[in-house]
This record gives sequence, structure tokens and C-alpha cells, in this order.
Amino acid sequence: MSSQEKLRVDGIVKRFGNNEVLKGVSMAANAGDVISIIGSSGSGKSTWLRCMNLLERPHEGSIAINGERLALRRDRDGTLTAADPKALERFRAKLSMVFQHFNLWSHMTVSENVVEAPMQVLGLSKPEALERAEHYLNRVGVWHRKEFYPAHLSGGEAQRVAIARALAMEPDVMLFDEPTSALDPELVGEVLRVMRDLASEGRTMVVVTHEMGFAREVSNRVVFLHQGRIEEQGDPRVVLSTPTSERLQQFLSGSLK
Amino acid sequence: MNFDAIIESLPMYATGIGTTLQLLAVSLVAGLLLAMPLGIARASGNVWISRPVWMYTYVIRGTPMLVQLFLIYYGVAQFEWVRLSVLWPLLSSAWFCAVLAFTLNTAAYTAEIVAGAMRAVPYGEVEAANSLGMSKLQVLTRILLPSAVRRALPAYSNEVIMMLHGTALASVVTVMDLTGAAREMNSRTYLPFEAFLTAGACYMLLTFSLVGLFHFAEGRWLQHLAPRKNSSDVRGVVLATAPRI
Repeated sequence: MSSQEKLRVDGIVKRFGNNEVLKGVSMAANAGDVISIIGSSGSGKSTWLRCMNLLERPHEGSIAINGERLALRRDRDGTLTAADPKALERFRAKLSMVFQHFNLWSHMTVSENVVEAPMQVLGLSKPEALERAEHYLNRVGVWHRKEFYPAHLSGGEAQRVAIARALAMEPDVMLFDEPTSALDPELVGEVLRVMRDLASEGRTMVVVTHEMGFAREVSNRVVFLHQGRIEEQGDPRVVLSTPTSERLQQFLSGSLK
Repeated sequence: MNFDAIIESLPMYATGIGTTLQLLAVSLVAGLLLAMPLGIARASGNVWISRPVWMYTYVIRGTPMLVQLFLIYYGVAQFEWVRLSVLWPLLSSAWFCAVLAFTLNTAAYTAEIVAGAMRAVPYGEVEAANSLGMSKLQVLTRILLPSAVRRALPAYSNEVIMMLHGTALASVVTVMDLTGAAREMNSRTYLPFEAFLTAGACYMLLTFSLVGLFHFAEGRWLQHLAPRKNSSDVRGVVLATAPRI
């Protein structure tokens, strides 16, 4: 696997009011990396992920994709925002996100959900986009639901459609924000299986997760976030079996209950 | 009941129905064209954009349509510069004044419906569009508006029915609409019960035709919010047919 750098976020600081939830956290993902971000709720892991595509505006820091840094400017409220909205759109097109609550477009069918962004953002023709949709919906095993509306899918199917929608952009990096947290226990497996397949294809993924099994077996790096700082990180087999920091020991013993 | 008098007057009612539908159609189309940008502005996070629209809808919704119609038809004519202006041929026409009042009125109500429906679109859907690199305009035209317009259908069908009934006010300023026809029949025959009962029956017929039209539209465009039917999944079918307890 090449060590080409795909995504780099540096010194992200984010405050909500007086509460500093991220205290200058940095990370770099190389091609093929699968990075799991773990930590208790309130540790800032989702906020950090959302800062990576500027859904959340950080107060300090920088983000770069494929070595290309996104130009930021300071807004009146003190947060950083993209200097050029068009550049942000191009940036986000390379960085698809999968959400905890799927966020499928409720008024569109499954296949319409998947062709929408490739046509609107990448400028694909309808037949090209449909071909992609068929490919990726088959890939995640929900092609037979192509005419369904999101409200008529199970949670696991909806999340797999959301993954297909993200894949159809053929992004450089995929961000997953607790993709299995809103699912019934028996549906978690089908989504994790799809994500494991994507990882084995060599896709670059950053995953905020509570699934320690996934973090241990699929990711090649795990980052433990605690109170807005990286407390510990490294090879999951090492970090998760012999944690050095007391915080991570506590967190892991809690999560094994 | 004098049926002969009713049958004799039917051609007049038919003309009245034509005028009523014309008033309704013109003011609904013009009102909707106004309401879309107003509704988008009303839902804007920028108070400099949303506040003026709020003021407009507040004033219109806070006053009776009849008062608005009187202001436009009788009130404005009081000023000489209006009577001398190029707009006077329009403003001296009862039909135009009625359509203007109805348009301003339905635009205000519809703007609120559109804004409310836009706010009801789950924010996550907007975030998803943002996260895939869609522009603000694309998010508005591809995600927010299509979703909001569908959601707005039931409320808008109400507005259309209210407007149909509201057009009866045009008869007060001498427009010969359906109610105007009834008043005319009354003054000719001194049969007020027959005259207005016939008008009421006509309005009811129009109302139910419109309701049917919207019912069809909701079935077509609101499938995505309805329980699932015609699939192998039994749960949807059970939900759809389960008796209300």
C-alpha cells in the first residue's frame, strides 16, 4: 500500500460557548488507512469528524486533502470558514460522509438518492450516474430496493444506501459518523460487513465508532479521544489490548461490560 | 321550492362559476409565484431578509380580506394622483381590484406555508447534501424545495379551498361571480332561499372537485411519507389497514 497522504487535519480547536470541546487535535490519513476514532460520548469525536468537512466550523486549525490545503478565512463569529464556497464544494466532493441517522433524502427513491450528487456535483449524465448507482447499490446489496423510498427501508438497508450514495462520488476519503449507533443490534452486522469489505478494497476511511470489534479487526490505527485531546493512538491490536493510559483502560473496561 | 326559477337562472350561474374559477385561478397562480420567493425569504436565517416578509404576512393575515379589498377598490381611489396615474384603468376595474386583493392575501398565507414546510425538512438532509459538495442553490432547488413543496400540499389544499370561498367577496364590489349571480337571481325573483342554496350547491361541487384533485396529487407526490404498500413486507400493509383504536 502506498503511503500517499490523503487527508490531513491539523490543530483543530472548537468551542461551544466557553466550552472548548477540541483542544488542537491533528491527524493524517494515508491512502488505504482505516482509522477508528473512539472515546466516550462528549469526548468531541463526532465534532472533530464534522470539522474535517467543515459541517462544523472550527476556531483554529487547517484541513488538506491530497496535500492540497483548503483556504480558510475567519468569520465574524470567530470560526473558520472556507474562503471560497466553490473550493469547499470541490473539497467536499472528494470527502463523502456517512451519518449516524443516514440522512437520506426522503422525497427521493433509493436510486434517485444515489444518482443525485454525481449528476449535480460531478456533472455525470443520467445513464452514467445510473450505471454507478447500480454498481454501488449492488455492491452494498440493496439494488433490489432501488424503487423504494427511504421511509420504507429497514435501518440497515437505509445505512447501506447511504454508504452507496457516498461511494457513488468515488471519494478519496470516506468519513463515517457512528454509522451503526442508530441501528437495532441485529442490523449492525450487515453494515459492518459492508464497511469491512470497503476497507479490504483499500479505501481510505475515518470512522467514529463505538464498535470495538470493528476498531480492533478492521482498522489499522485507532485514535482515543478524551476531553478534546488525543489520549492515545496506534495499532489497534496493541492499543486496545495493552492500553498505557489510565483513561483508555477505564474506557475499555467500561465498554466490555 | 321554486325549481323552475332555479332552472331558468342556471345559465347565469354557469357564467358566475366561470368568473369565480377565473378569479380563483388568476389569483392562485399569481399568489403562488409571489409566495415562492417570499416563503424562501421568510425561511432565511438572515433577519434582514426574513423580517420584511414576516411584516407583510403579519399585516395581511391580521386583517380581513374584505377590508383589504375595500381599501384597494374604494380607498385608493380617494387620491387624485392615483386617479391620474397610468394604473387607473386597472385600479378602477372591480375585477382587477378583487384579483389584486386575493393575490396579496393568498401570497401571504402561502408564503407562510412554504416557509413552514421548508423548516420541517430534516436538517440532516441538508447536511447530507452539503457534505457531498452540493452548492447552496442546488441544495435549495434539489433538496429543500422539492421536499417542502410536497410536504406543503395538504396545507396548501386548505388554502385553495379557503380562497375559493373567499372569492365570494368579489360580488361585494360588483363582480358577477357565482355569489353575484345568486344576488342577481334574488333581486329578480325575490327567492333568496333558492338563489343562495343554488350558489351553495355550486360552491360545494367546486370544493369537492378541488379536494379530489388534491387527493390525487397527494397520492402521487406524498407516497414517500405514506406507509408502504404492495410489497412483500407485511408490516406496512398491516399498518395501513389497522383499525384506529
